[in-house]
Amino acid sequence: MSKFEALQGNEAVATAMRQINPDVVAAYPITPQTSTVQKFADYVSDGLVDTDFVTVESEHSAMSACVGASAAGARVMTATSANGLALMWEIVYIAASNRCPIVMSLVNRALSAPINIHCDHSDVMGIRDSGWIILFSENGQEAYDNLFQAVRIGEHPDVLLPVAVCQDGFITSHGMERVEIFDDADVKAFVGEYCPQWPLLDLENPKTMGPLDFYDYYYEHKRQQVEAMENTQAVILEVAEEFNRKFDRNYGLFEPYRLEDAEVAVIAANSTAGTAKVVVDRLRDEGLKVGLLKPRVFRPFPAKELADALSHLKAVAVMDRSVSFGAMNNAGPLFLEMVAALTLHGVQVPVADYVYGLGGRDILPREIEQVYRDALKMAETGQAERLVTYLSVRE
Amino acid sequence: MEQKGWRDIPIGGMILEAGNAVEYLTGGWRAFRPIRGEAECIHCMQCWLFCPDSSILIDAENEEMAGFDLDHCKGCGICATICPVNAKVIKKAGEELERDDPRLCIRIVEEGKVEE
Repeated sequence: MSKFEALQGNEAVATAMRQINPDVVAAYPITPQTSTVQKFADYVSDGLVDTDFVTVESEHSAMSACVGASAAGARVMTATSANGLALMWEIVYIAASNRCPIVMSLVNRALSAPINIHCDHSDVMGIRDSGWIILFSENGQEAYDNLFQAVRIGEHPDVLLPVAVCQDGFITSHGMERVEIFDDADVKAFVGEYCPQWPLLDLENPKTMGPLDFYDYYYEHKRQQVEAMENTQAVILEVAEEFNRKFDRNYGLFEPYRLEDAEVAVIAANSTAGTAKVVVDRLRDEGLKVGLLKPRVFRPFPAKELADALSHLKAVAVMDRSVSFGAMNNAGPLFLEMVAALTLHGVQVPVADYVYGLGGRDILPREIEQVYRDALKMAETGQAERLVTYLSVRE
Repeated sequence: MEQKGWRDIPIGGMILEAGNAVEYLTGGWRAFRPIRGEAECIHCMQCWLFCPDSSILIDAENEEMAGFDLDHCKGCGICATICPVNAKVIKKAGEELERDDPRLCIRIVEEGKVEE
């Protein structure tokens, strides 16, 4: 039987880690994921997990230890955020390239400078080309649920890639909410045992990992990573299907909210999607046909599925909690990929980008409502008044 | 060596067969070649100990240094640097010697200038 608890997002993640009981966790506490690692360290001290908990001197070392442990054949997890992730960056690529199915809880927040510890998505966008699978979570519950699925997705023999499970720094990482905690045995049955195919600790079959790879083979190994990403979407859906059946959920590649008969939609990831749902309900009460699309899987980017889900709309507004400085029109990364997806799949609809909430700046329902009203106007005129708006920045 | 496609090689650059570095012939990287004066060699095995490419050939039965594995030797010259006979020759000469000086036990000769 599952039970309901009042938990912060980080505590929900730490609870999931306890239930997964990974072989190795190597982590360095950095704001705002600190409480995940702190709570998990309690579980280690209290003997509630069998995990070898490696305390390291930096995030670069944390990910290095994870890669080593994963290569050895262990089920490995870590947690990080923002500049911690930035410091890991070199090894983040190595984890994916060495095909280590490490699962990382990533609490999204702004990158320095200026120094800021609050929420935005700059950190995760920095690893979007690294070869990691990236999942977004609206709240602690989704971060909890996604973590179990991440283990299964990453370790699937057709995939063997690391997975980052994101949630919003402080907004949900430290926000207390009602979280359904599953029975330990049910989680154990769902995640199963990890059976690595090529563990270094298989001494009967000595092998080498991470060797030199020149112009003669490096490219072929990159091509294999592409193939793994190609395989990932089907695995994500397969794992979600099993998870949904077992735990009564409705996970897919993204969550449409009152989208079916909508004329305009907003695309927003993580916690902002939760706020946007309230706005959608309010505007629906006014008789306005508005909907929401909440991305769950950012890597691999489900371009065709997203385009199909948006093909009936008259206007689309994308909300980006980060900026791709110097990119087309200085837009956000989510917008850039959405525009590419829509264009490629022949969905001709006016689109606009709304950069918001950088460095933890609050995003209020009335601001999201303004985005919807802009989108309704776009639907009417057939074009966006401005391609990129920096929402609620002071002039 | 025939190069394989991406479907036919282990993922992530893994090498699943132990000790197959021997199949990778690195001798072609060499710009300098070590040449040993057989008469001078005292078979101390210092070169065998220090060679980073395991390219010192050994006559195990007679416990002797037997030459260089030129299929793998990259010509780094560590063997000549560590050679105690070379040290003795230099000390005796009382001056700096060229690396290909004929008085040395292990000489380092430019590949183009090697007399086969």
